[in-house]
Amino acid sequence: MFENLSDKLDLVFKKLRGQGVMTEENVKEALREVRLVLLEADVNFKVVKDFVEKVRSRAVGTEVLQSLTPGQQVIKIVHDELVALMGGGEDNSLDLAAKPPVAIMMVGLQGAGKTTSCGKLARYLKGQRRRPLLVPADVYRPAAIEQLKTLGRQLSIEVVDARADQDPVDICRDALQYAERSGFDTVIFDTAGRHQIDDFLMDELVRIKGAVDPREILFVADAMTGQEAVNVASGFNERLDITGVVLTKLDGDAKGGAALSIKAVTGRPVKFAGIGEKLDALEVFHADRLVSRILGMGDVLTLVEKAQSVFDAKDAERLQQKLKKSQFDLEDFKAQLQQIKKMGSIDSILGMIPGVGKMMKQLQGAQPSEKELKRIEAIIDSMTRAERANHSIINGSRRLRIAKGSGTSVQEVNQLLKRFTEAQRVMKQLQKLGPKGLMKGMGGLGKGMFPFS
Amino acid sequence: MAEEQKGFFRGLMGKLVGGDAQPQETVIPPASEPEVRPGFFERLKKGLSRTQENLIGRIDTLLLGKKQIDADTLEELEEILLTADIGVATSVELIRALEQRLKRNELQDGEALKRALREDILARLEKYAAPLDINTSTPFVIVVIGVNGVGKTTTIGKLANRYAMSGKRVLLAAADTFRAAAAEQLEIWGERAGVDVIRHQEGADPSAVVFDACKAALARQCDLLIIDTAGRLHTKVNLMEEMKKIRRVVGREIPGAPHETLLVLDAATGQNAISQAKLFKEAAEVSGVALTKLDGSAKGGIVVAVSNEFQLPVRYIGVGEGVDDLRDFDPQQFVAALFQ
Repeated sequence: MFENLSDKLDLVFKKLRGQGVMTEENVKEALREVRLVLLEADVNFKVVKDFVEKVRSRAVGTEVLQSLTPGQQVIKIVHDELVALMGGGEDNSLDLAAKPPVAIMMVGLQGAGKTTSCGKLARYLKGQRRRPLLVPADVYRPAAIEQLKTLGRQLSIEVVDARADQDPVDICRDALQYAERSGFDTVIFDTAGRHQIDDFLMDELVRIKGAVDPREILFVADAMTGQEAVNVASGFNERLDITGVVLTKLDGDAKGGAALSIKAVTGRPVKFAGIGEKLDALEVFHADRLVSRILGMGDVLTLVEKAQSVFDAKDAERLQQKLKKSQFDLEDFKAQLQQIKKMGSIDSILGMIPGVGKMMKQLQGAQPSEKELKRIEAIIDSMTRAERANHSIINGSRRLRIAKGSGTSVQEVNQLLKRFTEAQRVMKQLQKLGPKGLMKGMGGLGKGMFPFS
Repeated sequence: MAEEQKGFFRGLMGKLVGGDAQPQETVIPPASEPEVRPGFFERLKKGLSRTQENLIGRIDTLLLGKKQIDADTLEELEEILLTADIGVATSVELIRALEQRLKRNELQDGEALKRALREDILARLEKYAAPLDINTSTPFVIVVIGVNGVGKTTTIGKLANRYAMSGKRVLLAAADTFRAAAAEQLEIWGERAGVDVIRHQEGADPSAVVFDACKAALARQCDLLIIDTAGRLHTKVNLMEEMKKIRRVVGREIPGAPHETLLVLDAATGQNAISQAKLFKEAAEVSGVALTKLDGSAKGGIVVAVSNEFQLPVRYIGVGEGVDDLRDFDPQQFVAALFQ
């Protein structure tokens, strides 16, 4: 997600690490690098200025100069300040503590991802055992109402009927009354995209706000936004007093500096992050984790959480036992692949592992795609149970049969078996190393790690 | 007051939905509302005023009271350019050029420096600027690509209207089969412009839509076929492959096509636009850029970077949500508005 930024900060800090003693000069140089990196990451220049000043005042002085590992110290200061800037430790959960139906308004520029975020949010709330109602209040963009209705159908969530010739304020007022009558406890209003300098449309938002008295007004921001993010966010905030931010399109390679700017300028926390096109690709936003990721420390917590929600504890136990006895067979291998697939795309998983962000760059092109995973599954599916348990019995004629059965070639079957043998060998080695040697071992693995690359 | 608002509202609605019944209305706004539809240049200037505040305002502050331009000033200027969303490489280039002139003693004061900067930016934009000529081939095929939410479909609607108005036979292909109601959105634009739209069911193979559209364009002897693709982040390998396939299909069915691959960029996008342009160009041989949402407060700064770093002409700019709010990109006008 933020590989580029962490790469660059890494470079900066490599220089710092090389220094025996930290001088005021060194800090200055490092801070100039930090500043450029942040500017390149689309953080607003005013925010960058303040931030660098804060770090400077903390860094230059006894704290750093007397420290034994100055580089580490600066990293820590930058990290802490970034977390503070992003509002780390603050409560950024959705505030729905009001008399139902609770109204949530989504606002933002055109194309920021409001409608999609509405759908994702509704799905999230449904998962929280709430009963959300979706309200299309975008009468300007062609087929915007239809889009929300389609999303509602996909999610089995009711969407209020509206026509493009209605006044959005009326639609919202009526929808709220309807929600009250019909027992919906949360109402999500999808408003039309607009520029913050468009007085007419901004007035309309103010009137909708007056009509539905929303508990939450979420500003939907595109992670790719440049310097302008500050003006847009403060424009919306001044008129509407937003309560939070949804940062979308974070699954791209945008550095997402806009998030820093928006938080710094409006003081409103980022509450959710959109990380994909599918309707389950919405995450609760974690400031400290994001900052850790910016600094290349990986996002192990998210990974662990994700894994926990997907992996079956019993399965994991069984697998561990098997690993201990070195009985890891193709059946387990397939089960693992399926679990990995459940957790999301391989890219997004690898991105969360510390240190892998950089490795990914080298691996580019060698990345196993979802398609390849499917092929591997097909190959394993075409094996008999005996073959899966003991791959050494797979001889030439068996290979031919498997290839035919899975619609692949013998070469591909061979490749899979070869990779699998390698993986098995690696597993054995890891067992010997124990958990501490795991990371060390991983570094040296390279390609052998993925039997399917 | 309320009536005035209603009048405006109705006017806006008329502009948006009235197109199918009376297409004339979309071009000639009713006489009652000239004040709410300022001239194009005014709007562009208004939109750019924010950029101006940052770019020129800050350069002025920087140069205030400085009799001589030195290296430190240039360094700060580099930062200012960077914050105007003019990418790193282009900012460095611009500064290098200024340094050269400084060495030759060509820049005596702030005014001279500003003029030099303006000329440099203009030169970079003009170098690649070229309006799109759709008469070079029949049918002329435009594939419109970009990340999610930049305004691809809206841009296509405006393009369709513009060329339909000038008497061309236009056909639209709704190859965005992923996003909910994307095809419906294109159909509404098609109705407004009075052109046909080829579409399939949601979730269909986009290449199949394109195949049908190509066949239809040939059969109906269309002059222009515009293909709307789904928004895709440039980092998603599979989606980029899908886009390559669309282009392959077009090329197979209509030799020489696509004649134009138009990358749509949002004016509010920051440095990421450079990454977008790079990866889209690698995957789809982008041949032109359309810059949208310039009616907001967003900067046009990225255009300078994208055009300069990838030798791409900026073809169109979008300055509003109306069907006629699409213009040819004019570097002179753009830079003039930027520096006014």
